[in-house]
Amino acid sequence: MKFIKFLLVGIVFGIVLVKSEAVSWYRIYEMFRFESFHMYGIIGSAVVTGVLLMLITKKFKFKNIEGGFMSVPDKDKGLTRYIVGGTLFGLGWALSGACPGPMYILVGTGVFSIIIVILAAMLGTYVYGVLRTKLPH
Amino acid sequence: MDYILQPWPWYVAGPMMALIMFTLIYFGKTFGMSSNLRTFCTIAGAGKKTKFFDFDWKAQKWNLVVVVGAILGGFIAHFLLSVPTDIDLNPATVESLSNYGFENVGKSLLPAELYSWDAVLSLKGLSILIIGGFLVGFGTRYAGGCTSGHAITGLSNLQLPSLIAVIGFFLGGLIMIHLLFPIIFG
Repeated sequence: MKFIKFLLVGIVFGIVLVKSEAVSWYRIYEMFRFESFHMYGIIGSAVVTGVLLMLITKKFKFKNIEGGFMSVPDKDKGLTRYIVGGTLFGLGWALSGACPGPMYILVGTGVFSIIIVILAAMLGTYVYGVLRTKLPH
Repeated sequence: MDYILQPWPWYVAGPMMALIMFTLIYFGKTFGMSSNLRTFCTIAGAGKKTKFFDFDWKAQKWNLVVVVGAILGGFIAHFLLSVPTDIDLNPATVESLSNYGFENVGKSLLPAELYSWDAVLSLKGLSILIIGGFLVGFGTRYAGGCTSGHAITGLSNLQLPSLIAVIGFFLGGLIMIHLLFPIIFG
């Protein structure tokens, strides 16, 4: 039963990204050509809403259901991993049109060839894990 | 009902994404979809040889449930909450893709030129999906997050590493679309 709430969150996530066409390869392509405000509007309004929600959360010290304060762990400091890793991700995102949320959502829309992208992404993650100690972070 | 069946505008989708992030934090978790790829590797046994995958994946079960929900959500939205609608793309976008030989641009979520079984069974088509997917998987883990973890959660918490990662996302995307697409599809 405790997992039902996460299932509902996932369902809403999938519905929102399909209904807003953010799972569409075409929308990603259009975004990187700066020919539509749509994707910038989604990401921008998500961030503005998110910043406000988190400011309110900190100010009023909201608690989570486990009794602790609602917070997000800080990301590790660094530069190389974020700029290089981010750029590699961006190359793949623009080519396949799918980031790690939409690739699952698209399975639900009946595009089963996206499973190839998911398997390749698993392979990419695996290779990163193997090479991790040799890469600059 | 018509409002639901039509595509949703950005100002509905964006704030809802923030609420999804907020809800997960309320549940004591952090929004991050790319972590699941690592979990899948661990379930497949990668932890035996590589320390990075040697962790208790059961603690990530909740995130796998989000994945199952996302698949269901995709099904519900596409088959039950939509009427066939072309994606309202900029005519300049459509024209540029036509010049690359793409047909029926915006008639479906994904282009048949990349995702139809005909395309998948060609060397070029298969290579595009595998290289694209590989870069997504490698890049997100290297950068420690993807669009959900960095662009939405990280930026909402004003984290500098996430801003750097998002700049990287766009750098990579711009290089792919403006420099590499003319070579791949030209």
